Amino acid sequence: MSASSAFSDEKGGSSSVGEPEYGHDPASGGIFSSDYKRHDDLKEMLDSNKDSLKLEAMKRIVAMIARGKNTSDLFPAVVKNVACKNIEVKKLVYVYLVRYAEEQQDLALLSISTFQRGLKDPNQLIRASALRVLSSIRVTIIVPIMMLAIKEAASDMSPYVRKTAAHAIPKLYSLDPEQKDQLIEVIEKLLADKTTLVAGSVVMAFEEVCPERIDLIHKNYRKLCNLLVDVEEWGQVVIINMLTRYARTQFLNPNLNECLLEEGGESTFYGSDADQDEDEDEDKKDEALSKRKPYVMDPDHRLLLRNTKPLLQSRNAAVVMAVAQLYFHLAPKAEVGVIAKALVRLLRSHSEVQYVVLQNVATMTIKRRGMFEPYLKSFYIRSTDPTQIKVLKLEVLTNLASETNISTILREFQTYIKSMDKDFVAATIQAIGRCATHIGEVRDTCLNGLVQLLSNRDELVVAESVVVIKKLLQMQPEKHSDIIKHMAKLTDNIQVPMARASILWLIGEYCEHVPKIAPDVLRKMAKTFTNEEDIVKLQIINLAAKLYLTNSKQTKLLTQYVLNLAKYDQNYDIRDRARFIRQLIVPTDKCGALSKYAKKLILALKPAPILESPFKDRDHFQLGSLSHLLNTKAGGYQELPDWPQDAPDPSVRNVEVPEWTKCSSREKRKEKKVEKPFYSDSEGESGPTESADSESDSASSSASGSEQSGSGSEESEESEERSDSDEEEEEEEEEEEEEEAKKRKTQKKEPIEAVQQSESEQSSEEEVKKRKVSKPPPRNVSESESDDDEDSPSDSSQSESEDSESEAEVKKKKKITPPKAPTKPVKKEGKKEKKEMSLLDFDDFEPTPSPQVTPVGNFLSSSLVTDLEGLSLTDTVLSPATISPSGSLKSYELLHRITGEGLWVEYCFSRQPFLPDPHMVAVQIQFTNSAATEAKSLRLEEAKLQSGMRVKEFPEIEVLPAGESATVVMGVDFCDSTQAANLQLCTHSRKFFVSIQPPVGELMTPSFMTENEFKKEQGQLMGMNEITEKLQLPERCQNEHAIVQRVTAAANLSRVPCGSDKECSSPAPPPPGPPVHRFAGRTVTSGSLVLVTVATKESGPSQLTINCEKMVIGTMLVKDILLALTQ
Amino acid sequence: MNGQLKKCHIATTSFIDPCSSHNLDSLPIVAVEMIHSLFLINHSGDIFLEKHWKSVIGRSVCDYFFEAKEKAAEPEDVPPVLQTPHHYLISIYRDRLFFLSVIQTEAPPLFVIEFLHRVVETFQDYFGECSETVIKDNVVTVYELLEEMLDNGFPLATESNILKEMIRPPTILRTMVNTLTGTSNFEERLPSGQLSAIPWRRSGVKYTNNEAYFDVIEEIDAIVDKSGTTLCAEIQGVIEACVKLTGMPDLTLSFMNPRLLDDVSFHPCVRFKRWEAERVLSFIPPDGNFTLMSYHVNTQNLVAIPVYVKQNISFFESGSGGRLDLTAGPKQTMGKTVEGLVITIHMPKAVLGASLTATQGSYTYDPATKVLVWDIGRLNPQKLPNLRGSLSLQAGAPKPEDNPSINIALKIQQLAISGLKVNRLDMYGEKYKPFKGVKYVTKAGKFQVRT
Repeated sequence: MSASSAFSDEKGGSSSVGEPEYGHDPASGGIFSSDYKRHDDLKEMLDSNKDSLKLEAMKRIVAMIARGKNTSDLFPAVVKNVACKNIEVKKLVYVYLVRYAEEQQDLALLSISTFQRGLKDPNQLIRASALRVLSSIRVTIIVPIMMLAIKEAASDMSPYVRKTAAHAIPKLYSLDPEQKDQLIEVIEKLLADKTTLVAGSVVMAFEEVCPERIDLIHKNYRKLCNLLVDVEEWGQVVIINMLTRYARTQFLNPNLNECLLEEGGESTFYGSDADQDEDEDEDKKDEALSKRKPYVMDPDHRLLLRNTKPLLQSRNAAVVMAVAQLYFHLAPKAEVGVIAKALVRLLRSHSEVQYVVLQNVATMTIKRRGMFEPYLKSFYIRSTDPTQIKVLKLEVLTNLASETNISTILREFQTYIKSMDKDFVAATIQAIGRCATHIGEVRDTCLNGLVQLLSNRDELVVAESVVVIKKLLQMQPEKHSDIIKHMAKLTDNIQVPMARASILWLIGEYCEHVPKIAPDVLRKMAKTFTNEEDIVKLQIINLAAKLYLTNSKQTKLLTQYVLNLAKYDQNYDIRDRARFIRQLIVPTDKCGALSKYAKKLILALKPAPILESPFKDRDHFQLGSLSHLLNTKAGGYQELPDWPQDAPDPSVRNVEVPEWTKCSSREKRKEKKVEKPFYSDSEGESGPTESADSESDSASSSASGSEQSGSGSEESEESEERSDSDEEEEEEEEEEEEEEAKKRKTQKKEPIEAVQQSESEQSSEEEVKKRKVSKPPPRNVSESESDDDEDSPSDSSQSESEDSESEAEVKKKKKITPPKAPTKPVKKEGKKEKKEMSLLDFDDFEPTPSPQVTPVGNFLSSSLVTDLEGLSLTDTVLSPATISPSGSLKSYELLHRITGEGLWVEYCFSRQPFLPDPHMVAVQIQFTNSAATEAKSLRLEEAKLQSGMRVKEFPEIEVLPAGESATVVMGVDFCDSTQAANLQLCTHSRKFFVSIQPPVGELMTPSFMTENEFKKEQGQLMGMNEITEKLQLPERCQNEHAIVQRVTAAANLSRVPCGSDKECSSPAPPPPGPPVHRFAGRTVTSGSLVLVTVATKESGPSQLTINCEKMVIGTMLVKDILLALTQ
Repeated sequence: MNGQLKKCHIATTSFIDPCSSHNLDSLPIVAVEMIHSLFLINHSGDIFLEKHWKSVIGRSVCDYFFEAKEKAAEPEDVPPVLQTPHHYLISIYRDRLFFLSVIQTEAPPLFVIEFLHRVVETFQDYFGECSETVIKDNVVTVYELLEEMLDNGFPLATESNILKEMIRPPTILRTMVNTLTGTSNFEERLPSGQLSAIPWRRSGVKYTNNEAYFDVIEEIDAIVDKSGTTLCAEIQGVIEACVKLTGMPDLTLSFMNPRLLDDVSFHPCVRFKRWEAERVLSFIPPDGNFTLMSYHVNTQNLVAIPVYVKQNISFFESGSGGRLDLTAGPKQTMGKTVEGLVITIHMPKAVLGASLTATQGSYTYDPATKVLVWDIGRLNPQKLPNLRGSLSLQAGAPKPEDNPSINIALKIQQLAISGLKVNRLDMYGEKYKPFKGVKYVTKAGKFQVRT
């Protein structure tokens, strides 16, 4: 406590914002210092009902946390304020909660409900922050709640919330690894997300939860590559690193052929390092050579290289480094050079950045020296560089040394040797030694230079020189006996143990070259033996042994003496060595066979040491990684895999008819239209000014219109994707798509008639398919989806026939066409211009030919047919009509004729997605004016809505003549509850209070899934989320058709196809055992799953099971379906 | 230099070596986050702020860092990456403060370093400077910022424009108002910027005076040899922008001679494709101050070295002292005046003092740091400044063998030494006419003369 008050004193009582002043509060001083009442004042402030006091208290608490003070005893007082209205207080309470929740689990649970409420807030930022805090509270008990929240947020319409969901995934994973499988599903879903905001975060989650599931990347690979440039910088780093690993598993080594070709050709300094490998690789290479075919880079590999290259220009060093390592590990040799410039640029940055970059450059220079040679001068060392930077630069310079530049480099080194920084000088001497070993031409020069250094006044310099000279001499000792003599003299002066040891070793090793001096040196050493360092002592013993073997006459006694001294040394290593040497060299009667070989053993020719860079072979760690920097494997390091021998199937990355993604991508595609990537707007679109917000409630009809056309051209996109092209199409303007379609049409060179026919047949084909999926054939309840199918043909045929007309003209013309006209183009235009009009249209909509239409024409390729299968499956989700009961929709009365004074209003749930807002239920309202006078300005006004409920009114009907009727569609967000929406129906003269009450079955939209998916989801919704009822099916309700019809009538669900055949085309192959019928859907507002299973039994009662995240909905739905089935 | 790192034993208890099992499904579960904790440490080694994004890590983890700090002669010499038995410490040293982050698992070190620098820059942006006092005074704001910048160890919002929407920086005026009215400096309304398609620009910017200023700052990095020949020289440039424009302006900046630019890096706002195709900078600017681009000038062009220094520093064989004689003169200044000329020399340790006379400017010698600073100011070509006199050495010390090198700082106004010129600035997307301005400055970067 004293510390905290001291802290405020320290500031001299300055009136700052962040830090409150304790001194000014007379009460606090005394209480504050006494331990038993500590924080009482804070508690009081937190309990007060003034926000300013609470805020003040929270600020003080946060300041204490920042200083590492324990404030956990305030937990109960703080947690109460979690629901505080004041956003500032709330923020600080969140900070506190995240810090202490783990310690005070029981109390922390009190706050959970607040966050759960926050998760449902209409404001995306509140939803996101609730999820952030909820997922940061590390309390195991709330794992299921977190899981649920993450799942929900992952399908949130706000990309920001989805990003937060991605962030929450690793948090949950670290809290409870058991959740991995479920989390992977969420990751899979988010990976398919097409917003740049989400991409980085979800890849981060992927890397931390399931980096081994590389298969999840396939389908998203091209998208990630294309989005990369627009992702925020931190995400870019993570994505690039992940893609590096991915590419290593999926593509062939682009340098494979080169490696083979250049065998024996250009070899680097450290060419020898390949030697060992070479033998092993020999067979492999032969094999490879024999079956080698010209290497063609996978276009996807190229895509990655192309799309990452611009990022070398990033201002963020981490991004540049990530690209650099990607190029280093993945690019063909000839292209790696581009990264050098960018890396050299980073050397201008902060010293920490330099440190890391230089480490990586050092590794790169060993493998690819040529790359950095032009930048040699950028690595020159300044006296002001920190030592660690100097040493690294030196390393790079040494690696870059070659015959051509060695003289320049050595001149530089000479300056460095004069530096004040002795560690650096020592490193320079070593560097000179390395240059000398690798470049034969300069060996003598270097050696002479080093010998000169032996007279340096600084002992460290001399010592380092000795060590290096020793290594150099080992390479050609016969030439340099004078140097050895010179060094022998140094033993009198040099005290550095390592240097002394080196000299002694040298003399011992080459005693034949200095026969006179050697025994003398030993004599001197024997005198000082007891005072030497261990390392020197060992070398004295070695020297003695060697001399004894070569010149025993002169040195026998000396050796005995030394060995005797060593025998009683304190160090056991030395005693050991002495004993060992004695046994080996002094012949005794019972000596073993070994002493015969003593000379051979001790005087064996020793290979010269290879002076190697410490960075050699570091590149087996992924460059830029922590493990590479430390040269040890860090925890969680993902090994960079080796290139595969044979190319894996590249088609896995083809984004085929995106079966499931597509169905969910509709929303996303809309987003993408809105959130245009910044960089790709070179085509001249006006993207950047649009904000992602507009996707929400206010999604304009034009947006939905363009969306329609987007889906209309799905078919063309498909073929596009099939032909390996990117998904860029989707991002293009709608006009362009139309043009595309036009072009394609002309390319087909089919008679227009035929095309049209084929198109319509295609769609009818789809219809058939759909109808097969769902038994009751939909007829009059037309669907936006079937519009979509029409769009493409109609649009293209239209534009085909009016090719010469400008787009605008076409539009104008279409607009003029009366809405009732059954021409197809109107459908599209109507939708484009005025959405509600199109919704009105469907009564008059001329549906596609009936199922009995002629089979598919010959000109339809079979592949197209399969595509269409995919399409039809896909669209099932969006086409509740296909599943809706064959009978007419059930109407409910909104306003009785009598109360309405002649105005009669009915409503029904049309079961179509409400386009302006997918979270609303579409309500179709029919007005009939049975009065004698016309009704004017019919509109709805919100009266008293339950909290959270939202209504999207229909546009005002200006005039409704007597005897006429009109139909409009409005959207209501019931918040997944069956509470009635209370509204005011206004006419020009009257106001009526009306209410729309949805049956629970209308609160959901069908969701398409396969049986397996269904079972998987069901497995996750057990326990409280599962409701089972037994029921006796009445006689007439036994057959499948009846069950499906009744269930789908009661609830807006889609049938889950049974068995393995995807389409469930007919009940012809009856599933073995008693039939089980499954239905799936999602609630409109929250997207919670609703799964219904009806298991019939031949004898005994059938069983109805409902699994739903929302228990209330589940219970209500059970009642409704029971009623529907048993009636 | 890695020796000491290797000596630290590798963490074995906190996680299993992933390499031990090749079965990918059984990968060990490791703590998953990038940056786990952050400690702010002042020059004297006190931890004055700590922030944990996950569970708390004890301060004792910093002991490993303090150990390394003890070993290092200068704070810059502390290795930025340290390995401890259970954690990795990645630190940066800025403004006499250490920012020490703790991570537990593999993470790109540059990622962490770059983020820490971003934190410092944000603090500078918010509080004008980044010092211990300022951080302590604004500890709540600092905490809020750290909370927003990092989520679970992964950067969330690092763009200053977005942060400023969520947490308003303190100003003197607001501080006063707050103390008087008892309100605080937090934003009442929720930010919208996070969700705009342009993460670096907040929406709804309004100014009465619309202005856009660009400073082209070039720095000469050079090493000049004892004999006066230039060993290496290059020009690094940066364009700092101060843009205060209403709405969503779309700017295009073009150069007279873009070919000069050899290597460039951009603020994320710049459209790279436009640059590649047309060599113009097209961008929607962030609001306020930002670095638009930095560049490197093609080294094939000879770099003009604006000044020369004639030097003679020698020490007597006897070891009792030495002489110093320095003259600075203009070399290639393109007809402009050299200003702010400062010569700094790090003397050998043995030099105790200096008694010199300067014909222009003033000199100081700090016997503790052994740094001689000669502040010349404006360089007069008619009368070249000279500094000469004697150096006194520690008694009995041998003659220093090492030669000090001379570091030069200078400034030339109204000149980009590379010859780079901005051609024009156009604005699209908004109706008003902004004030536009371009300023050129040349400075000496790492300009060193060896002796």
